[in-house]
Amino acid sequence: MEKKTKQTGIQSEAHASDIGEKYGWKEMLHQMWKQNPLAILSAVLIIAIIAAAVFAPVIAPYKEAQQDLTARLQGPGMKHLLGTDELGRDVLTRILFGARVSLVVGIIPSVISLIIGLILGMIAGYFGGAVDYLLMRLVDIMLAFPSLLLSMVIMYTLGRYANSVICIFAALSITGWASVARVVRSQTLSLKESVYVEAARSIGVGKFRIMFRHIFPNCIPSLIVLFTLNVPSCILSESTLSFLGIGVQPPAASWGLMVNQSKQFLFGMPWLALAPSITIMIVVLAFNFLGDGLRDILDPYMQTR
Amino acid sequence: MAKENLLEIRDLHTSFFTDHGVVRAVNGVDLDVPEGRIVGLVGESGCGKSMTARSVMGLIKSPGRIESGSIKLDGRELVGLSDRELRSVCGDDVSMIFQEPMTSLNPVLKVGRQVEEVLLVHHKASTKEEAKRLTVDMFERVGIPEAEKRMSAYPHELSGGLRQRVMIAMAMVCKPRLLIADEPTTALDVTIEAQILRLMKQLCKEHHMGILIITHNLGVVAEICDDVYVMYAGRIVENAPVFELFDHKRHPYTEGLMNAIPKIGGNPEFLSTIPGVVPNLLHVGDGCTFAGRCAHASDRCRAEMPALYEVAEHHTCRCFLAEREGQ
Amino acid sequence: MTSNGTERGQVILRAEKVTKEFKTRKKQFVHAVSDVDLSLHHGETLALVGESGCGKSTLARTLIHLLPVTSGKVFYKDQEITKMSDRDFRLIGQKMQMVFQDPYASLNPRMTVRDIIAEPLVTHKVFRTKQETTDRVLELMEKVGVPGDFLDRYPHQFSGGQRQRIGIARAIALEPEILVCDEPVSALDVSVQSQVLNLIKHLKQDMELSTLFIGHDLSVINFIADRVAVMFLGRICEVATKDELYSRPLHPYTSFLLDAIPKPDPHLRDHPRRYLSGEIPSPVHPPEGCHFHTRCPYATEQCKREVPEMKDYGGGHLAACHCIRA
Repeated sequence: MEKKTKQTGIQSEAHASDIGEKYGWKEMLHQMWKQNPLAILSAVLIIAIIAAAVFAPVIAPYKEAQQDLTARLQGPGMKHLLGTDELGRDVLTRILFGARVSLVVGIIPSVISLIIGLILGMIAGYFGGAVDYLLMRLVDIMLAFPSLLLSMVIMYTLGRYANSVICIFAALSITGWASVARVVRSQTLSLKESVYVEAARSIGVGKFRIMFRHIFPNCIPSLIVLFTLNVPSCILSESTLSFLGIGVQPPAASWGLMVNQSKQFLFGMPWLALAPSITIMIVVLAFNFLGDGLRDILDPYMQTR
Repeated sequence: MAKENLLEIRDLHTSFFTDHGVVRAVNGVDLDVPEGRIVGLVGESGCGKSMTARSVMGLIKSPGRIESGSIKLDGRELVGLSDRELRSVCGDDVSMIFQEPMTSLNPVLKVGRQVEEVLLVHHKASTKEEAKRLTVDMFERVGIPEAEKRMSAYPHELSGGLRQRVMIAMAMVCKPRLLIADEPTTALDVTIEAQILRLMKQLCKEHHMGILIITHNLGVVAEICDDVYVMYAGRIVENAPVFELFDHKRHPYTEGLMNAIPKIGGNPEFLSTIPGVVPNLLHVGDGCTFAGRCAHASDRCRAEMPALYEVAEHHTCRCFLAEREGQ
Repeated sequence: MTSNGTERGQVILRAEKVTKEFKTRKKQFVHAVSDVDLSLHHGETLALVGESGCGKSTLARTLIHLLPVTSGKVFYKDQEITKMSDRDFRLIGQKMQMVFQDPYASLNPRMTVRDIIAEPLVTHKVFRTKQETTDRVLELMEKVGVPGDFLDRYPHQFSGGQRQRIGIARAIALEPEILVCDEPVSALDVSVQSQVLNLIKHLKQDMELSTLFIGHDLSVINFIADRVAVMFLGRICEVATKDELYSRPLHPYTSFLLDAIPKPDPHLRDHPRRYLSGEIPSPVHPPEGCHFHTRCPYATEQCKREVPEMKDYGGGHLAACHCIRA
């Protein structure tokens, strides 16, 4: 009997107790800072920009639409840090207020298209057969159709019934889900064949529970990457739509709108276009760096290897 | 054993500098491979046996590096050679076979072509025709049926056993003096494994080459090795000729390992086990690395690392028990 | 020791002419399992041995309804389960659980040990409260030798042996009658392998499990099995009790297999032994007649034409070969 307790008895596990300490928030941040300081900086920057957007009325030096026709098209200076536009509005103020529109327009449609794409992609991948075929042909059509044209159609048809920002949400979500669905489907196809999904099936776990508990969590890293790619593309799409006159309507500010309005002064007064462009670039890069960092830290294998 | 040592490893230290600390994968290993003998390096996964072999081939990748020690091939020092010099030495005199033949063969090239390439690169053949002739010859030698036809097969068209034979042919074609085989049969079925082992034994005899086999399978060791090194947590714990080792094993780890394998013939109710698991090389203390799992461990074992004590001719053992007996 | 192979228990799982084919991308058929008859008795450990690609894992999966059969029938006790829908099979499915080969792949890397072991309990709504489930999980962890403090760790924080124990805990959570072990120790190190084998044997005795043990290592099988079925290329060629099979192998393939194992004793190395030549034929185009005839030194004209039938050579020792003179 002594032998038996020895075999099945509790034996301390060197690997588990040594490296495998569960990471708390502090360790995780520390780890991330060591491995990828850029991601932490990006996160800080994004939080700062979000805060700036939320508190824009408090921190902005002027009012959103405050015009000073005596000080039009001024270069950067003490009074107007980033200069003024053709109506004498403070560029810094407009960038701060524009962040509200641009961030919301970047994030919300990305989230919506992510959810739609995730659900349809998982269904197509897991069930296969006719469902898969139909959904994937729909995805093909969506991807083949010029997304700008589709957005315009949606904006025109919905524009009569709803606020322009909501229309942008709809337009960008509908054009964005297809690529997400495709990625999620291929992930699902490979995860479906994994041994732990087979193990779950052998236990008797139902289809939807398998999708939710086993497949979805393992798609998260790619979803994060897709999200960080989607946000900037939505910000850019919004500016294109605004340029075409069917996006955000003036006098409201959005970064895309500001770039487009300043195009006529590009050679004479480049700061007008540069300020919002550089802001867009910084935000887009920050989202990308953060995405990379998050993907690494969310990968459970990364913690020990 | 007056035979000349083809490979002589002395006090080799190979470490990995990870984010979590230094992993001393190979921690002062001495190992000899004489000409015409098959030497086995046995141990469990993570004991450093593969890293020892990779150190010889100069295949240690960052964050790992050889910290100190000497690796002599036929009297020539390999540690400290530039990559280029090492390549020319390795291809000519040393070859290595890996566990998974699929990953070591280029999937988009015909296998015949891959072997011919090796010959041409190392100037063992001057013309393509000659290379082809030598390759077909080698394929036949390693027992590939219809050698001529198989020359134009792609790796995925061959079975695991045939792929391993191609790997062996590739390793043997330059007539190396030392062959390093890292778990050469682990991925194969038993009937194929038996064929491959027999082949290696034959080649060793015919070419009078030295073979270093890295394996976790004591059956393979008993089957073909002449000398055996048992490795545990980065160190050699026991070394002896094969019969001596199996008949007079001294180290508690060797003994535990041999008792733990199920044997045909014996009918035990339960197998004897070595409790616990291999220690994490990140956190090894001063004492014997096996002390935590050893039934004979004393306070001294936990405080101090035993040296390799000679217990019989050509038989050394890293255990304080052996020290007492040896004196 | 109430449940050894000598005592012929009630048949708990039975395959009747089970055939399984897979379609490849090139529209060819892989004949993974052809016309297999096999029964698992209550309380015994039946080992299924063969080389890679012989169909042993596929056969086991068809037996527990993880894969649909192409033709043939599978019975659990007296009920046919082959045609059951997943929903109808749910209740019987609880009685059949599986331990997988690769302890690194069979646990979801994003679930904690608690969630992994609790999954069968939650799926089949065994307990009403979370506390009860946790208690049961802890009890199971103790049973398989994983310390309870590791409840909220992730699989990658464990070594292979511990992961396999977790996989075993998950498989026995519902107190199954049948445990299918698909090469549970072939990915483990020698010293850990013996721990896990002991655990499986211990649990089998403790819980009166009927075990179907798939393996390729005849020395492992010698330790764990009561009866052994040898498979070659989709067909079973010999079934016998362990002692019979190892001392009196009838089928040439079995004796070649036994000869080929590298024995951990150097004194046996120079014993004359026979080597099986050639490679395993492709299951896409299996040879006519006896599948083994291309590698068999005793093959006759008859072997090339006719599939040998399974015959009883006494005491439940079955073999399928034309060349056995009984």
